Amino acid sequence: MTAVPISESPAWPAASDRAWRRLKANYFRNARDGMTTLFVVGLALYLLYLVIPWAILNATWFGAGRADCQQDGACWAFITNRFGQFIFGFYPSGQQWRVELAGGLFAIGLIALAIPGLPFKPTIGAFVLFVLPAVACFLLAGGALGLAPVGTEQWGGLMLTLTVATSVFGLSFVLGLILMLGRSCGMPVFKILSTLTIELCRGLPLVMVLFMAITMLPFFFPSGFDLNKLALTVFAMALFQSAFFAEVFRGGLQAIGKGQYEACTALGLGYWKTHYLVILPQVLRNTVPAIINNSISLIKDTTLIMVVGLFDLLNIVNAGTADPNWLGSTLEGYVFVGLVFWIICFCLSRCGESLERSLRTG
Amino acid sequence: MTEFKKMGLALLAWALLITPGIALADQGSTVKAISARGELLCGVTTGKGTGFSTLDDKGVWNGMEVDFCRAIAVALLGDASKVKFAPLEFKSVIASLQSGAIDVAARQVTWTFTRDSEFNLDWAGIYLYDGQAFIASKAIGVDSALDLNGATVCVTSGSTNELNISDYFRSHEMKFVPIVGDSIEQNAANLEAGRCDVYTNDLSTLVSLKSTMAKPDNWVILPEVISKEPLGPVVRQEDPQFSDIVRWTLNVLIAAEELGVNKESVIQMVETSNNPEVQRLLGKSGEMGAKLGLANDWVVKVISAVGNYGEIFDRNLGKDSLIKMPRGASALWTNGGLLYPLPYR
Repeated sequence: MTAVPISESPAWPAASDRAWRRLKANYFRNARDGMTTLFVVGLALYLLYLVIPWAILNATWFGAGRADCQQDGACWAFITNRFGQFIFGFYPSGQQWRVELAGGLFAIGLIALAIPGLPFKPTIGAFVLFVLPAVACFLLAGGALGLAPVGTEQWGGLMLTLTVATSVFGLSFVLGLILMLGRSCGMPVFKILSTLTIELCRGLPLVMVLFMAITMLPFFFPSGFDLNKLALTVFAMALFQSAFFAEVFRGGLQAIGKGQYEACTALGLGYWKTHYLVILPQVLRNTVPAIINNSISLIKDTTLIMVVGLFDLLNIVNAGTADPNWLGSTLEGYVFVGLVFWIICFCLSRCGESLERSLRTG
Repeated sequence: MTEFKKMGLALLAWALLITPGIALADQGSTVKAISARGELLCGVTTGKGTGFSTLDDKGVWNGMEVDFCRAIAVALLGDASKVKFAPLEFKSVIASLQSGAIDVAARQVTWTFTRDSEFNLDWAGIYLYDGQAFIASKAIGVDSALDLNGATVCVTSGSTNELNISDYFRSHEMKFVPIVGDSIEQNAANLEAGRCDVYTNDLSTLVSLKSTMAKPDNWVILPEVISKEPLGPVVRQEDPQFSDIVRWTLNVLIAAEELGVNKESVIQMVETSNNPEVQRLLGKSGEMGAKLGLANDWVVKVISAVGNYGEIFDRNLGKDSLIKMPRGASALWTNGGLLYPLPYR
């Protein structure tokens, strides 16, 4: 290697020049690359040309009904007018601060967990996992300490979607861990029971599990015995989801060498300490991508609760499009719901990536 | 909605096999249960039935089914707000009724022999005579379903609509090519894109679809109605008093229209009307309400809360709504329809 004195080195190319070279090297290296780039850019521009007049230029943003909207543009008035309903469902308007507070608490907790190097992380983690759900439940349902009770049939929209998704996630995570430990432990009774549960729950369609829980279960209780629809739904979905989590965790478990168990035994650690201190932390670290994967599909599965008559985000938007005032707004509704779901899932996948990074280094 | 009918019935048959008679064992009286609860549990379409049950911008329920639930709540509890709506998919209607999750289904469920005889249910009457029809573009120049030989027909897959058209075309020795879709939206898109000549579904669905199309005037609903879809409120067979109350609530709504008693005039007519039929209906003479275990002026309360049948129809499906469905067979018998109120005496 010949050392070039700094004074004689060629001047750094100007920024625009560098960008041009990079562009050329990456997108226009030869005729075929150039054609492909032009074609893809052209296609993207054409799609934008098709969408933008409808979505933005000719769109109507505010109005009291479909009649106020222009014919050839999107009727976003449908979304802006019913936005509160899409977010809070039928939650009484004077009480909606409770939903906002609960959501805000979760957001603060999660952000605190995401900040690297913050002290007391285990304490914060335990608080978010165990204390916050209870606080949120109390805030949403009310009925004590001066908070007016709000029945779960008044919950709906995005708030219901997120409530169902987080509670199913929490429940099925714990249940999945238990099932995984049961399936991989040496005692035949636990092993058979766990395997049976996993195979049964995994082998049924979710829609059928929900239908059975809501429509058939009441047959087995005396009439007038009021079962909460939302709680039934959450438990049914959690049971279903936990089978998937259990198998994900078992996959992570198999990646751990036998030597580690032997080392733990040699150190005199018992079953619980071995798992709590050595095995489970590694299992969780190994399975982050799969957990995120399952969580994303779980969030999308929440839209199935429409079969039991609960108005989650998709269902309440769908119902809105049937209102005589807003007939014909189906496309706007689906675009909105799709966007919200995409944002949620994208955030989740980013969270997963940063979690993976921090676990790898930490 | 018809697309779920087959699947729903299969599920139900199966469900009934594993739960023989459990629901019917100790239900007790529906009326007592409602009074104790202070609330009527009423099954309606899942908020997606334009004109039947929808949610407005403030989350308030509207529609024909909803108004009928309110009428029953007024009759029993004296208050139109004492009703809890249970939005139900078609496949869960019958099971929800039998498990006691709802007291009455005012939801679109066609009254058929099999359902009536097999499921221990009673239809308390008919509040809408719906039926399957066709919608076509005016451009193809067809004005009768009998001109449809060789046509391509958009239809929901696996629905009774599909069975009905094959019956209809076979009995008229005509041929057709089915283009199946999964939902109303998909079928409508196929129709608008010209992938089929006509689309077939229940008349009430087609009328509301037509009102949402970009140029409603370019479409025509053919005059033939090829199937019978009588829709009515459904109750369990266990409590005759309750099914009587539902039956007569529907009946007095129709009777009120026949006698010209409406929401505006009802209070005044109690005092001014000399017609003995109106006097009996409104509780001015006789003790009619007591025979059902209701207040004597129950009809006055019902009509002042929701109006008579004609007003309910016009408001939700008919001329005062955006759908503008013609009364058709659901007109009074005096106007050439099939609605014939039973004598209230």
